[in-house]
Parts: sequence; C-alpha cells; structure tokens
Amino acid sequence: MTTTTPVSGPHTHAPGGVTSQMGWVILALLPATAFGVYLFGWPALNLLLITVLAAIAFEVMSLRIAQRPVTPFLMDGSALLTGLLLALTLPPWAPWWIAVLGAGFAIVVGKHVFGGLGQNLFNPAMLARVALLVSFPLEMTTWVTPQPMFAEGSPGFIEGLAITFGLAAIPDAMTGATVLGETQTGFSRDLGLSETLPGVYDPMQQALGFIPASMGEGSALLLLAGGLLLMVRRIISWEIPVSMLGTLAALATIFMLIDPERFAGPGLHLISGGAMLAAFFIATDPVTSPSTMRGRLIFGVGCGLLIYVIRTWGGYPEGIAFAIILMNGLAPLIDHYLRPRTYGRTRGGKPLEPKAPAQTAPVTEKRP
Amino acid sequence: MTHPARLILDDYRRLFRDGIWDNNVVMGQMLALCPLLAVTGTATNGLGMGLATTFVMVAAALLISMFRGIITPEVRIPVFILLIAALVTLVDLVMNAYLYEMHKALGLFIPLIVTNCAILGRAESFASRQPVHRAVMDGLAMGVGFTLILVVLGAVREIPGSGTLFADARLLLGDGFAWMELTLIPDYRGFLLMILPPGAFLALGFILAGKRVLDTRLAARAASMKVAEA
Repeated sequence: MTTTTPVSGPHTHAPGGVTSQMGWVILALLPATAFGVYLFGWPALNLLLITVLAAIAFEVMSLRIAQRPVTPFLMDGSALLTGLLLALTLPPWAPWWIAVLGAGFAIVVGKHVFGGLGQNLFNPAMLARVALLVSFPLEMTTWVTPQPMFAEGSPGFIEGLAITFGLAAIPDAMTGATVLGETQTGFSRDLGLSETLPGVYDPMQQALGFIPASMGEGSALLLLAGGLLLMVRRIISWEIPVSMLGTLAALATIFMLIDPERFAGPGLHLISGGAMLAAFFIATDPVTSPSTMRGRLIFGVGCGLLIYVIRTWGGYPEGIAFAIILMNGLAPLIDHYLRPRTYGRTRGGKPLEPKAPAQTAPVTEKRP
Repeated sequence: MTHPARLILDDYRRLFRDGIWDNNVVMGQMLALCPLLAVTGTATNGLGMGLATTFVMVAAALLISMFRGIITPEVRIPVFILLIAALVTLVDLVMNAYLYEMHKALGLFIPLIVTNCAILGRAESFASRQPVHRAVMDGLAMGVGFTLILVVLGAVREIPGSGTLFADARLLLGDGFAWMELTLIPDYRGFLLMILPPGAFLALGFILAGKRVLDTRLAARAASMKVAEA
C-alpha cells in the first residue's frame, strides 16, 4: 500500500488560451486604431464605440438565447475583437445604424448561428462587411479625407455626434476617393495610370495613412508593426501573411511589367486598401483558416490571387472581404485534402508495416 | 355513434393540419425550395406563385386519383409528369394571357412548376393511393400551406428589403386590390441583401428555426398538461 498521493503526469502547461490570444491581437491593433481615431476625429470614435458595444450586446443576447453562461464566454474577448475589426473596416464617418446592423450580423449570423466561437465557417467581421457593402453601397463607399481630431476645420464633439447619428450630412468638400477606387474609375474612362495616379497617390502619405480610407486600413506601417508583434509572440504564424502579400506583390509585379499604364505596381497594392489589416489580423483568424502549414500557404496564395483578380478585373475597387470569405469557405476542403500523416500510419490511414529485415541473406539457402 | 359526416370533417381537418403546419411542403418536408427561394422577393410574387402551384396540385391530385386504377406501376412516373406538365402549360398560357405583368415577374418559374418535387411527391405518395375526395383535399391543403410560406417569406424579405408589402398586388389580383399595396417605410432606400438570394436563405433559416422552437415549446406544454392530468 502506497502512501503517496498520485500526481498527474509531467505535462507542461503553456500560458494563454483564447482570452490571452484575443488580448494580444487587440493590443497589436491598438496603435492603428488610435491613429485612425486621431485621423478621422470624433465621428470615428463614436463609430468605434458603437460597433464594439453593439457587438458585446448582441453577444450577450445570443448567449442568453442559447442558454450558455454569459460571463465566461463574454470575457474571452472574441466579441470585442470582432467589433473592433468590423469598425476598422468601416468608413469612419458611417452612420450609427451601419455599425449596429453590422455588429448584429457579424455576431448573430456570422458566429452564433453556426454554434458560437470556433464553429463559424466565415470570419464574422468580413461577413458583416460584405453584407453591408452589398446592401448599402452609398454609405459604405463615402470616404472622408483625414480630418484630424482638434485640427482646424474638423468636426468637434457635438458635430461628430450629429454626423454619426445622421443629423448632419457629410460635407462634399470633405469626401474623397480611395486610390483603388480612383484607379478603377480611371480605367473605365480609358485613362492610363500616369494620368490617374498623380494627385491621389503619394507612396509616403499612403504608407503613413494620411488618405481617405476606412478607419483601420489607413496606416500600413502601424498595421505591419502590430502584425510583426503578433508573429514574434507566435499568436499568428508567418505562412498566411507572407504567402498572401507575396502572391499579391508577385502578380502586381508581373502585370505591371506587361503594361505599366494599365496595371498598378506592387507597392500600391500592398499599402493601399485593407491588404495589411487583412493579411495580419483577419486572414489569420485560427477558426476560419486551415490548420496545417501547407494548408495555410495555399490559403494565403488563394487570398492574394483573389484579391488581385477582384481589384483588377472585378466590379468593386476592393476585394479583400470577398477574397477572404471565399477562401474561408475553402478552408475545410484544404484541411481535408492536406491532412498530415498520423504518426505510425500511412497516408491512407493503415498502420505502418514493421520494416522487413534487410534482404542481405539469400532467399534460398543452399545446403552445403 | 359518431355521424359519418363528422368523421369525414375530422379527416379533412387532419389533412389541413398536416398541409399547413405539421407536414408543410417547405417547413416539414423541405421540398420545393427552388421556387421558394427564387420568387419570394415580394409577397405578391409569392402569392402568385403559390396560387399557380395550388391550382396545379389540386388538379393533378384530382386527375391522378381518378386514373389511379388504370395507371400501371411501371409507367406511373411518366404519366404523372405528363399530367402535371399539361396542367402547368395550361396555367402558363392562362397567366400569359390574363396576368401578363405577373407572368413576366415570375418568368421561368411558372413552367418550372412541372419539376416542383412537392407536386410529384404528393402524386406518388398520396393521390395515387387515395380516393378522389381525400386526394383533392390533400392537394388543396398542401397548396395552401405552400402558398402561406411563400407569402410569409415574401413579406419577411420585402418589408426590410424595400419597405413595402404586397407591392404590385393589382397586377395579380386586379385593380380592386390596390388597397393591399402598402408602403410601410416611406423614403426607404432598401436593405438590398434581403432582396438578393442570400436574404432568401437567411430568412428561410430563421423561419425554420422559429418553427422548431415553437414546436418544442408546444410539445413541452402538451407533456406538462398530460402530467398534470395524470
């Protein structure tokens, strides 16, 4: 009879879990978010708060309906992150109901209908963005030129509320087109890039984010920094961002070399639109991307390819949300065909035969 | 002793209960989803499609039940299809003549009633084995149930989608029904998603979920009543 109490096996326990992962992602997004809020002023802050609060409210409601414990699921931060990501992809001066509808669509239809966090097929924030873009093309493509907070001419707190709640119209003088939108209209008017781009595209301004854009896709550099932090912390793996941005850049280079007047170069493609935001923060969502390394590489290449095709030949100037949703739909298929070999079994699932002894000995022994 | 007329009425009531709720073409059997998803952009289109399908269902049930003694099992499917196709052609030509605008709105989906599996399904599983009066009642009940879900889904998509209800009803029912055309939200620019195909899938999903919740609640209540009685 032993007197020692049994202890568990010597398994190490890594710190973390869903809450800590979500926390790191939110932390990595904060610089770009803060910059977006600064750049687009009070209306942007209102929109951000409304989206996040609405996402949390819808999360509580859905958990109640599903009769699950509210506090533990709410504290994992996933609803907060979904709301934040959605807000970052909205035009910063969009009206309040866009935010509420989008948050509701993301949380209820995008996540809880499928069974909650971990069960969803599509990235909830991207799903909501696509639904909003298809339904409300006008509101979703009204971009304002940067109106930094406290700068002269930018709306104050009260004016900001009026814009968010639809009491004041956005002055036409403050709106502008995005670079991607401008290149597409230019193309449809048979103008070459050398005529379209000057005046709307300045690589430095574009990379820093002083451009008409949605709240979070402005500053490519801050997003890149946040993404690298996540990679260093191993919250996200390198495969998706590298293969996605690499494919986008490679395609842009090839077509630019074919016809530089028609196709924009890799620099413009990488730092405009939501490429950085999507590559580091949205496509890397562990729930909706493949789980093997090769799978993630294919996923990233597919995203990059679709983004380039939609941007260049599609009807919309920006195709990131569509590309990611399409690839999300393919992720289970990728995982199915690229299933890694189980240890001790063949690819077909049969147990490995023990290796036959080396056939050095002659098969038939001759008697002396 | 119960009166025979009473028995028949009870029987019909059960048939209608099946057709409209318990075994509804869409909510119970999940059939006829293609026309359901395709034409329910407005409640009026749903109503038109539902009425046309109901007519075909009742007429097909009548004919098939009448001829059920002489149709041999080996050729029954082609015969059913021929009968249904003849009826659909009739509906198609009549609608083209008298309800031209409606016919244009429903388009290809009128001829496609032939391929509506709900009709062939009822012909095969019910009308070809039942006396004429029951077959006709079943066809009517199934048709009414289908019409109801078409109108409900059409309304659920039309109200948020374009802010109206029964728009263009007069094209279907004549000028006397102009009062049905409601504009619920004036100056509404529309929630386009609900009018597009994804809206049909979303709305249908929520309607099916709603029916399940309701059925579960009703079953739970019935069970607790039984316990209380016992």
